Amino acid sequence: MATPKNSKQTAPAEPGVPASVGNGFPGKLFSYAPAPESPAAAGEIASSYGHFIGGEFTESAGKEALKTVNPATEQVLAEFAQGTEEDVDRAVRAARDAFPGWAALPGSERAKYLFRIARIVQERSRELAVLESIDNGKPIRETRDVDLPLVAAHFFYYAGWADKLEYAGFGPDPRPLGVAAQVIPWNFPLLMLAWKIAPALATGNTVVLKPAETTPLTALRFAEIVRQAGLPKGVVNIVTGDGRTGAALTAHPDVAKVAFTGSTEVGRSIARSLAGSRKKLSLELGGKAANIVFDDAPIDQAVEGIVNGIFFNQGHVCCAGSRLLVQESVQDEVLDALKRRMATLRVGDPLDKNTDVGAINSAAQLARIRELSDIGEAEGAERWSPACELPSSGYWFAPTVFTGVSQAHRIAREEVFGPVLSVLTFRTPAEAVEKANNTPYGLSAGIWTEKGSRILWMASRLRAGVVWSNTFNKFDPTSPFGGYKESGYGREGGRHGLEAYLDV
Amino acid sequence: MSDPTAKSDALTRLDVFKTYKLFVGGKFPRSESGRVYEVTDTKGNWLANAPLGTRKDTRDAVAAARKAVPGWSGATAYNRGQILYRVAEMLQGRREQFAAEVAAGEGIGGKKAAALVDAAIDRWVWYAGWTDKIAQIAGAANPVAGPYFNLSTPEPTGVVGVVAPQSGTGHSLLGLVSVIAPAIAAGNTVVVATSESAPLPALSLGEALATSDLPGGVVNVISGRTADIAPTLASHQDVNALDLAGAVATDGPGSAPALEAAAADTLKRVLRPAADPAAEDWTAAPGTGRLLAFLETKTVWHPMGV
Repeated sequence: MATPKNSKQTAPAEPGVPASVGNGFPGKLFSYAPAPESPAAAGEIASSYGHFIGGEFTESAGKEALKTVNPATEQVLAEFAQGTEEDVDRAVRAARDAFPGWAALPGSERAKYLFRIARIVQERSRELAVLESIDNGKPIRETRDVDLPLVAAHFFYYAGWADKLEYAGFGPDPRPLGVAAQVIPWNFPLLMLAWKIAPALATGNTVVLKPAETTPLTALRFAEIVRQAGLPKGVVNIVTGDGRTGAALTAHPDVAKVAFTGSTEVGRSIARSLAGSRKKLSLELGGKAANIVFDDAPIDQAVEGIVNGIFFNQGHVCCAGSRLLVQESVQDEVLDALKRRMATLRVGDPLDKNTDVGAINSAAQLARIRELSDIGEAEGAERWSPACELPSSGYWFAPTVFTGVSQAHRIAREEVFGPVLSVLTFRTPAEAVEKANNTPYGLSAGIWTEKGSRILWMASRLRAGVVWSNTFNKFDPTSPFGGYKESGYGREGGRHGLEAYLDV
Repeated sequence: MSDPTAKSDALTRLDVFKTYKLFVGGKFPRSESGRVYEVTDTKGNWLANAPLGTRKDTRDAVAAARKAVPGWSGATAYNRGQILYRVAEMLQGRREQFAAEVAAGEGIGGKKAAALVDAAIDRWVWYAGWTDKIAQIAGAANPVAGPYFNLSTPEPTGVVGVVAPQSGTGHSLLGLVSVIAPAIAAGNTVVVATSESAPLPALSLGEALATSDLPGGVVNVISGRTADIAPTLASHQDVNALDLAGAVATDGPGSAPALEAAAADTLKRVLRPAADPAAEDWTAAPGTGRLLAFLETKTVWHPMGV
């Protein structure tokens, strides 16, 4: 790919030096020598992959193959099968055949399988972290310190539930549903797999999981872990492919449960297609979270939270704090501090341990981010990015902030799913609530203030499933996650996360 | 018999018929259509005219329900409990009237009808006691691996569109109460499409609700063609959830699959009907299923430190 179109963002600057912030900022202090992780740590990536069905890697019934690329280099990493209806049928059959045995297993035995998985994930976490960074484009620091620890923790947490379900508050003998069809996105490939598979298996269901078509590699590697853990064949099946495969999977008549994480648009179509069936559905969809900063907030901490909220994982986060609502009286102070901080973000090689912001996951996503950003400019919002040198190949987008954004602007209403922050202002807490809730989404929100009563007052009025006060983008297996309104329904994580997989 | 005048006096004492009306926003409007339909007993004898609620009536009811959300969801759970208990008190006082309406509408004996009314009254009492306990069984304090306070609490989903049970023993009052009471106990507001064939207990229930300190708009009652009212609820942008208790699982615009598909456009939460709605035993213990169906879980994080 040629140099990104937006020359304004890619003006040459000395790496690490925030050329645009010349106000005595000690730029040199933040020059880092490269600290690359070895790509070899990812282990061997096969040139092509089939599906993992019934405990074996098998060829697809179809001939179509897709390619997954390293978004930081655009190099093809591997080919993988485009799952056909026949493939899906075979996988569902394998899961259905495995279901009675798995469901009848004492919970304590299922628990031990899951504990095994958690332990093997921990053992192989470096390999999985590097593989995830290569396939997804997210920084190794994030896969190493966030994704992988959470993956292992999620399996460990739900492992413990497997033999305690009668105490979970869903009646004396809650039953599994059957075969769970699970379709996951590309932004946290292995973590989303863990969020789906761990509670499903703990409750006694068997699964067919389809990873996203741009990030199939860690799910396929997870299949090896399933084998190492000795799981009965067919309990976990991985079928790869694009949306067509996902549609075939969720529509399969022998599926009893559908769990989907992804766009609201696809979520709607799944909900529609399941109408009249007895399939249980949980959806974790888009978001347009408000991150609300009051005038009494600790500004430096708030700025860290704003940066973490929107630039973590390149902004490829459904709960990203993509709308900054800042109280008018501290607008200048917050924006100055934010821009200073943004100038220190290191954008580049995902495998460099110093990197803060990695590659955009795909060319299509990059095009979407560019389109909405251009629309933001065209609609009259003011665009700013720190000077930062972007690599010449791969998919990149500089951290971007829009000021002068109104609620009618598309960048304030639509999910950009990239490192693009829209800044709006407010005067009163009531106005902040009104603006924050003025969206069809309701996944998350942030509040920054030192006043405890105001936090609780705000938190009770924000229509969002997760409210981070004086923090942002925190996740934990014990903490239920999921949305209000058009951000979906059902919860993942915690005791609440069991319900989606039980006949209750 | 010796005094023909006295007898003729008794005969000329005409009953005062009730004009059954919709219940919307705490008021009793006629249908905007100005139309009614005949409600008969199971043998076809005329009982009363009921308002033929329209799509417009339904939309007005949704607007009233939306307006009532902040007040009702923001009321204390204790307050909601007292009001639900008050509903039971009001029904107790009008027990005979409801028993007569249920008996006529469902074609059952007076004793059986009275027992069903008693069960409906007791159901309000059961849910009245739930309002301030829901958060304690549906919430959680989450022990996250870090220095954070983390609490999950249930909150009402918002406006719930309810297709009331349409047939089966006890559907017209006990079934109705069994779907309305849990939704409002949890802090939601409701627009209910009544039983089309036996709407009278539902319309009278509106009168009991109006005298129970229940804020206007928390429950809105629309009688008429379920096939008109239910699809309006299912596709309405401002309805957050659907209880399809009485939706029949066949084809057509008012069928459960069609309603669920329409609800998908705005990602409403949908409670599907039982496999055979008409066979539902409303006298069975209700459990917590409906109480927990229209709740959202909100999880709040805060760092701990000095």
